[in-house]
Amino acid sequence: MLATAIIVFREVLEAALIIGIVLAATRGVVKRSAWVSAGVVAGLTGAALVALFADVISAAVAGAGQEVFNASILFFAVIMLGWHNVWMGRHGRELAQQMNAMGQAVKEGERPMHMLAVVVGIAVLREGSEVVLFLYGIATAQQDQAGQMLAGGVLGLLSGAAVGLMMYLGLLRISSKYLFRVTSWLITLLAAGMAAQAAGFLVQADLLPAIVPTVWNTSEILSQNSVPGRLLQTLIGYTDHPTGIQLLFYVVTLVSIAWLMRLYGGAPTRKTACVA
Amino acid sequence: MNSKYLGVIMAMLSATAAYPLQAKDLPVFNLSVKDGHFSPVQVEVPAGEKFKLVVKNEGSGTEEFESSDLNREKLITPGASVVIIIGPLKAGSYGFYGEFHPQTARGQIIAK
Repeated sequence: MLATAIIVFREVLEAALIIGIVLAATRGVVKRSAWVSAGVVAGLTGAALVALFADVISAAVAGAGQEVFNASILFFAVIMLGWHNVWMGRHGRELAQQMNAMGQAVKEGERPMHMLAVVVGIAVLREGSEVVLFLYGIATAQQDQAGQMLAGGVLGLLSGAAVGLMMYLGLLRISSKYLFRVTSWLITLLAAGMAAQAAGFLVQADLLPAIVPTVWNTSEILSQNSVPGRLLQTLIGYTDHPTGIQLLFYVVTLVSIAWLMRLYGGAPTRKTACVA
Repeated sequence: MNSKYLGVIMAMLSATAAYPLQAKDLPVFNLSVKDGHFSPVQVEVPAGEKFKLVVKNEGSGTEEFESSDLNREKLITPGASVVIIIGPLKAGSYGFYGEFHPQTARGQIIAK
């Protein structure tokens, strides 16, 4: 039961952290719960579909369908996150001012919600499809223990969701003066980590060269399979032994988003300073 | 999900599908997994050479081949085989495990 709980927990954790950040990033935005819920529901539906067609996806693109599919949805999430950040950089000042001045929800907030709902959907889709396949395997393979395993699954689901909730509540403690800055950095790091993960999948599919097989190896110090390692992996894209191309994708994504935010949104630091 | 986004995903997928996959003749090594146990538990491969690892799931539940040493993870549905391209590896031993049976499903790739 505990093994099941840990496996489900690790999968749920990633989605829960992303949802927590998205919720914090959209504090005070009108209809955000509707968008986030839509993302979760779409993600769950997608997860069931992906699990159902796992065979087909896996066999596609000369056997590299799984990697190509994962990399595609990750890159898509990276674009959505980057776009959201640039948009928020542009309108963040007005949003923050209105929030401060009137403590009221902001109508303009609807636009980036499209993108964040998609990001939530993608996070749930990726992690959810693995959970579905795993639990389905248990249901068919070990009927005698199915009840216990199910209990473990529920325990994992709840504890993963609890960590996401803690993340969200922790972010809410940050004064709204800094919240935009903090969440836009979190989202930038999240996007960079996803880009690196996507590059990893394309290396696995032999579509990209690794360039350097192992840039560093810190698996002895902090394994990416441990719970803290997994947390950091989701939040900042920590990998205990990245390949050269993963590092390259990480840095390029980080720099590109930061640069686009400066170019199109003005420096977010100065804007926040204005509000203060 | 908005159909516009779905369209973009499909476009990206087909763009990647059009990319010519290198059909190089790599040496093939076979591995099977059945209900939480790999067989063989050790796979010996040549060091400094790229190779294909074909993993067949003979069990009744889904398994995920995972190796942090090798930076690989791939789901294998029951009855299916997947191809994982690995290497070139430096001489040494690289652990792998089945994510869904982490206690029992463990093995190593030995590069010589």
